[in-house]
Amino acid sequence: MLRSGRSITLAATTRWVGALLCIALATAVAAKPAPEVDVNETCLACHGSAGFSNAAGQSVAVDGAAFVKSVHGELNLECTACHADVSPAKLPHPEKLAPVDCSTCHAEQVKQYATTVHGMARAGGNAVAATCTDCHGLHDIRRASDPASRTNHANLEATCSKCHGNEALVKTANLPGGNIDRQFHDSIHGRLLAGGARAADAPTCTSCHGAHNILAPTEVASRVNRAHIPETCGGCHQAIYARFSKGQHGRLRNEGNPGVPVCTDCHTAHQIQRHDLPAFQVAVIEQCGNCHNEYLSTYRDTFHGQVTKLGYTSVATCASCHSAHDMLPASDPNSTISAQNRVETCRKCHAGASANFASFDPHASRHDKARDPLYWYAAKFMDWLLIGVFAFFGIHTVLWLGRLWIDKLRGPKGG
Amino acid sequence: MATPASISDAATTTATARWYRRFALPERVLHALLMVTFIGCALTGLPLIFAAKPWAEALAHLLGGFESAGIIHRVCASIMIAVFVTHIALVIRRAIVGKDLLGILWGPDSMVPQWRDAIDMYRHVRWFFGLGPRPQFDRWTYWEKFDYWAVFWGMAIIGGSGLLLWFPFFFGNFLPGWAFNIASLVHGEEALLAVGFIFTIHFFNGHLRPEKFPMDTVVFTGRISEHELRGERAVEYARLQATGALAQKEAAPPSFSARAFGWIVGGTALALGVVVILLILYSVVF
Repeated sequence: MLRSGRSITLAATTRWVGALLCIALATAVAAKPAPEVDVNETCLACHGSAGFSNAAGQSVAVDGAAFVKSVHGELNLECTACHADVSPAKLPHPEKLAPVDCSTCHAEQVKQYATTVHGMARAGGNAVAATCTDCHGLHDIRRASDPASRTNHANLEATCSKCHGNEALVKTANLPGGNIDRQFHDSIHGRLLAGGARAADAPTCTSCHGAHNILAPTEVASRVNRAHIPETCGGCHQAIYARFSKGQHGRLRNEGNPGVPVCTDCHTAHQIQRHDLPAFQVAVIEQCGNCHNEYLSTYRDTFHGQVTKLGYTSVATCASCHSAHDMLPASDPNSTISAQNRVETCRKCHAGASANFASFDPHASRHDKARDPLYWYAAKFMDWLLIGVFAFFGIHTVLWLGRLWIDKLRGPKGG
Repeated sequence: MATPASISDAATTTATARWYRRFALPERVLHALLMVTFIGCALTGLPLIFAAKPWAEALAHLLGGFESAGIIHRVCASIMIAVFVTHIALVIRRAIVGKDLLGILWGPDSMVPQWRDAIDMYRHVRWFFGLGPRPQFDRWTYWEKFDYWAVFWGMAIIGGSGLLLWFPFFFGNFLPGWAFNIASLVHGEEALLAVGFIFTIHFFNGHLRPEKFPMDTVVFTGRISEHELRGERAVEYARLQATGALAQKEAAPPSFSARAFGWIVGGTALALGVVVILLILYSVVF
């Protein structure tokens, strides 16, 4: 009896527990539609297989493992957080889904993007202009601080170069500036960035251009607009910026003169070279000459100008006498070429230079009588001497040769 | 008789023709040194004047860079100045030891321009136009005298300015800055004049004109054939014959080695000069 009674009790208890469990389960299911059904797993059931493709044959596969390691995976976001028009309850979902709207979460960045050169190009119908995923990726988006991120400092050059270093795309999309990576990669910034102790401090694309606020350089608000270049470069090169501001170019700039050169005029924007490389030193002379053309022309008439034209830089270039960033007019006593400082400036190379030596005019002009009258007369004299001698003997020679030929044609006879 | 006396003509008649001394050994050595150092200065200096041309950059690199070109330029210039000084010393010796001051200053053996030179030139130009017979010359023609004095002028202008530029600290002690400006101007301009003149006019007058083409080795061998002496310098020939000095001047035909030296060294110089002229013309035109 006891035994049977006991078993009755046991059976009843079991039923109770079972019933309670069923109620609990039912309640739970009613409160949370799928507590045990993982949305992402549901999606990956199909999209997780590597060869999964849509009707058009395009891959719609997703690397689940990469997603888990992504910033969105870290936050345990479900696929439907971005693909909001998909419901795991109604599968299969339609073939065509709405584009993912990043602004659902990243409203500020997307709003800013719309005003950028990329955003405006997109809005204007440019189908290849970079959008969120072109820089950040799709399912494997990492935090910028993550070394594996496309937007990590070390990887940005490669990320931007997907378009701006893609020769074919540069041509078909007519990207401004041409193949930027080809210019940037071997620049001083590009080389520093490529590795070594200072790689982390070296500027990459976004350091000058910004990230979500990249504007065309023609836009006044752009960090790389002429109006802002000295400040953009000066963000790192503070000492140079201070010297530039004190120099004549910086002074005129502060007075609102838009024509003065800024950093990129001499150093270029992307191909910036070490200042001590001969190729740069030779090239920058021509840059000075873009504005100071008459001085470039008279410089080229001097030994200094001829030797640098041949590609050698052991003689004075413009900056050797005028200094590189804080050049001042000769009338300014602080100028390296002022009457007070000129001899010292010459002595940087010519140790034995005297006041007489330093009164040599490095820009004497054979066309400017007022500036150098004696030089002008000497040039005129030499011109006429050359013209006179060559004219006289040129004619003499031609007549002589003509006579010899005429006599030869007429046959040998006395004369 | 004005039949062209070409070198091949002279060479084939070596065995039979008579030869006369025209240049003594010191003169030939000085000319050879002057020639080599002149070309040396030209090749090392021209890249500066035509620095913008690709050939100038290539030539500067070929010379080992502008520093090394500068050393070659100064070495050549120093030798050239030594040649000039030696020549002056030889002239002074001729005046004092040879007691020939008068002959230096006047007469057929003098380089001083004389009335006769003006007449020679007038007759020569008349002949160019077919208005008279071809004139016959004495020992030194007017164009040879021009060449000779051009070296003096060049020495003063290029040599003087070159020294100024070479030793600016020393000359800066008593010369103002504009002197260096003018020195660098005239150094280049006069160099162009000298190079342009020697490699065209002097080459034509001395070597390239049809009668001499492609070159006259007289300045290397020192010997002139009777054929040429009588053909071009009949006045000298007649004068020497009349005074009996002709026999003293007679010499053995130029040796094979002397002629070979003339052809190789002189030919190289001619070729280099022509190349330089082509480069200059190219640079001026393009």
